[in-house]
Amino acid sequence: MAGITSIGVYIPRYRLSLEEIGRMWQTRGASGEKAIAGYDEDTVTMAVAASLDCMKQIGKDVDSLYLATVTAPYKEKQSAALVAGAADLRKTCHTVDFTNTLRAGTTAMKAALDAIKGGSAGQVLVVASDCRIGAPKGRFEQLLGDGAAAVMIGSDNIIAEIEGAHSIFSDFTDLWRMEKDAFVQSGEGRFIDEAGYIPTMRETVTELMEKYSLTPGDFTKIVFYAPDSRAYAGLAKTLGFVKDQIQEPFFGQIGNTGTAAAVIMLTAALEEAIPGDRILFAGYGDGADAFILRVTDNISRIKSALLMKDRLTVRVPVDYGRYLVWRNLVPVEPSGLPERAEPSLAARWRERKTIRALYGAKCRKCGTPQIHPIGQISRICVTCQAKDDFENYKFSDKTGKLFTYAIDQLQPTLNPPALNGVIDFDGGGRLICELTDYDLTRVSTGMAVEMTFRKLSQGKGIVNYFWKAKPI
Amino acid sequence: MESIKDKVAIVGMGCTRFGERWDMGVEDLLVEAAYEAFQDAGIEPNVIQAAWIGTVFSGMSAMTLAPLGLQYIPITRVENMCATGSEALRAASYAIAAGVCDIALAIGVEKLKDSGQTGVKGPAIVGDNTDGSSAIGSGYSAPASFAYLGTRYFSHYNIDRDEGKRLLAEIAVKNHYNGSLNPKAHFHNILTVEQVIKAPIVAWPLGLFDCCGVSDGAAAAIVTRADMAKNFRSDPVYIKGLAISAGARQGSMRQDYDYVHVDENVRAAQQVYAEAGIKDPRKEICCAEVHDCFTAHELVVYEDLGFSPRGRAREDIEAGTFTLKGEIPINTDGGLKCFGHPLGASGLRMMYEVYLQLQGKAGPRQVKNPRLGMTHNLGGNAGAGIGCCVVAGNEKG
Repeated sequence: MAGITSIGVYIPRYRLSLEEIGRMWQTRGASGEKAIAGYDEDTVTMAVAASLDCMKQIGKDVDSLYLATVTAPYKEKQSAALVAGAADLRKTCHTVDFTNTLRAGTTAMKAALDAIKGGSAGQVLVVASDCRIGAPKGRFEQLLGDGAAAVMIGSDNIIAEIEGAHSIFSDFTDLWRMEKDAFVQSGEGRFIDEAGYIPTMRETVTELMEKYSLTPGDFTKIVFYAPDSRAYAGLAKTLGFVKDQIQEPFFGQIGNTGTAAAVIMLTAALEEAIPGDRILFAGYGDGADAFILRVTDNISRIKSALLMKDRLTVRVPVDYGRYLVWRNLVPVEPSGLPERAEPSLAARWRERKTIRALYGAKCRKCGTPQIHPIGQISRICVTCQAKDDFENYKFSDKTGKLFTYAIDQLQPTLNPPALNGVIDFDGGGRLICELTDYDLTRVSTGMAVEMTFRKLSQGKGIVNYFWKAKPI
Repeated sequence: MESIKDKVAIVGMGCTRFGERWDMGVEDLLVEAAYEAFQDAGIEPNVIQAAWIGTVFSGMSAMTLAPLGLQYIPITRVENMCATGSEALRAASYAIAAGVCDIALAIGVEKLKDSGQTGVKGPAIVGDNTDGSSAIGSGYSAPASFAYLGTRYFSHYNIDRDEGKRLLAEIAVKNHYNGSLNPKAHFHNILTVEQVIKAPIVAWPLGLFDCCGVSDGAAAAIVTRADMAKNFRSDPVYIKGLAISAGARQGSMRQDYDYVHVDENVRAAQQVYAEAGIKDPRKEICCAEVHDCFTAHELVVYEDLGFSPRGRAREDIEAGTFTLKGEIPINTDGGLKCFGHPLGASGLRMMYEVYLQLQGKAGPRQVKNPRLGMTHNLGGNAGAGIGCCVVAGNEKG
C-alpha cells in the first residue's frame, strides 16, 4: 500500500488584484486577485516553507526529495538540493528536480509512488513550487500566481492511498519558454484548449476510470489542473462530474500557480475529506497524469493543521509599481549608499551549515546557544571563552522575541523601509537579522517571531539565501 | 603596570575646517592640519621623529602621509574604526612614554565625500571575504545599528514615542547650537526641537538631524615628553589617561545585553578614570567630546561615562546639564553632529577642542576654568564595538 502520508502548503501573503492590473493598463480588469511571492521569495524559498509545513507533524525521515517547478532560480544547479539543505534533510536524501512542464508536480508524484512501491524509498517528499511571470499587460499577467504545496508519499500512516495511476504523453505545443524568453509564450487560446488540454485530459481520465472500472459517480471529488477557471469548469462538465464533486480551484484567490496548482487544490480537498472518500486527481502538461486516491481513517490527523481557508485569510495588497520592482520588471534608481559586498562563494561554503538551516553552536561547558552572521564557525564561547567545545545547535526551528529593532530607510532593499532587529531565541541565543512579512504598524519590542528561509540579496549571478525573522 | 598619566604632553594641534571639501584632497587636508600643528607647537617638520597616521578608508600604509614630505622617519598607519584618530594619538603617546622618541606626530584624516555616496561603507571584516562583508552579514545602515539603542531605551524606561523623539531632539539642538559658534564645523545651522522632530526619518527613531553628517577633514597633534613640554609652550596639555576596550560581539550574541548601555564605553571609561585618578567624573571632568554619531548614542553615553546616573540621562537633558552653560558641557565644538564623521580624523578633532578649552582658547564656546577634559569614541556599534576614552588636563599632577 502506498499513498500520501502528509500535506503542506505555502501561499505567499501578498496579493495583486486584477483591478489594480486593469487600473495600470486602462483596461477593464477582471475580478479577483492573485498571490504573489514577496520581494525576498522565490520558488526555492516557497518550496522550503511548504516542505517544512508538510514535515511539521511527521518528522524528517525522508529518503528522497522531488522538487517540481518550471521556475527554478538556476538553469544549471539543482533546486531540490537547496530545498533539502534548508529543510535540513539527511545527506543521503536523494534530491531530484522535475521540471520543464507544468505536469512536473504529478510526474514527481508518480515517480515517488513507483519508488515506494519498488521499495527503493520509504518516504518521498514531493514539493511543487512555482513563481511564473506573465508579460506586463498580457493575459498571463492576470492569470499567473505564486505558491507551493508538498505531499509526502509513503507506505505507513497513509492519509490517502493511491489506488491507481495512469499517464499519457503528448508532444503538444501550447505553452513554452525558450532559453531567452523572459515570459511564458502560448498558442492561440481556443486552439490550445480544444486541440490540447481538453482532449488530452479527457483521454487520460477516461482511460484511468476504465482501467479501474470506475465512473464519475464513484468519486467524492475531482481535483485537476486547468489553465483557467473557464477551462476548469468546461473539462469537469465534459468528464461528467457535477458541481458538488468539483474541487474549488482558487483561481480568483491565488491565480494559476503552475506546477503547484493541482497539488495545492489536492491538499485543500484532503483537508475536507472524510475516510472512504475517493478523489480523482490529475495533472496536465505535455501529456497528463491521473490518480485515484482513497482517503483513510488517518485523515483525521491533519484536521488540526492550518487549513487552506485560514491560509487565504492573510492577504496584503501590493500595488502594481511595487510588483514591477519586486519582479525586476522595471529598472529603479540605485541606492546612494555604498553597495553591499558581493557574497563570496568560499565564505558561503564555510558558512554553509548556518546558511542552510541556521545552525549555530551550543557551548558544552556553559550551555550557551550562540550564533553570529559574521564568522559563523564558533571557536571560542561568547560567554565562558571555552575553546572548541561546542555541539551543533539549530536556530531555524526556534521561535524568538524581538528585543529591539530599527526601521531602516537607507538599507538597499526592494521593499523599503527595511526592518532589522535583535532576535532573542526562546531557549537562548541572540541574532541580529532582517525581518520580513511584517506589518510595520504592529511591530513592537517583545513581538514573537519565527525564522523563514529567504533571498537576502542577489549578486555575482547567484542567489544569496539566508534566514530572516517574521512575526508569528 | 605603569600609568600614562603626566608622561606625555600635547604641545601643538591643528584641525582643518570639516565639511564637503571638494577643493581638497587627502594630501591637502593632511598638510593643512599638520602645518597648523607645527606652527602651534613652534616647530619645523624636520624635528618630528616618528608619526602615526590614522585612516580607515583614505589610504593604506605609511605612504598615506607621504604628502607631508617627512624625511625617512618611522611612520605607521593605524586603523580602529571610529576610534582611529584617538588610536593614532594613543600610539604616538606610548612611543613617547617608552622613551623611544621625544617628539611625535599623531594625525588622522578621512576623505569621505570623494566616493559620491551618502553613507559610510562598512569596513572589511577579518576572516571574511575581503571586499567588505560576509555573504549573510547584516545589510543594515549605520543609523539602523544605533536606532536599536533608541528603540530599546524608550521601551526599557517606558518613554513614549513623542517624548523619546523630543529627548533625542534636545541633544541635536544643543550640539547644533555649539556648532554654530565654531567656524571649523561642517554645519552652523541652529535647530529647534520641532525641526529635529519633524525631519524625515532615517531609521526610526532617528531622523535626519539625529544623524551626524558625512564629511572630509583632518586633525593633528604634536606630542612630546611631559618634562620637555614647557620648552615648546607655556600651556601644554597633559595626557592623563588613554583607554581602549574592544568587545568581542558579546552584546550581539548574548541575551543578557540590554541595549540601553554600551559595555565597551563603560569599560573604557572605567579604565581611563582609574588611570587618570578620577573618582567622580561628573564633578571632575570639565568638558567632554563624546561620540554623538547618532543622538541615541550620546543619550546612553551620558550614563556610560558616569555623567548621569543609570537611567537618569533624561533628567539631565531636561535640566540643561550638558549645554555650554550647564554643569558639564558636552560636545562644546558641535560634535560629530556638526563636524560630520571623517573616521580617521574624529578622535583628534575632539582632542583639538579639549586642547583649546583647556588652554582657554575656545572663544564663545569656552567653559569656565576647565582643568580636565575628555574625548570618547565608539568604533562599531552597540553590541559589537570598540570603546575609546582619553582624558587630558592643563596641570601636571
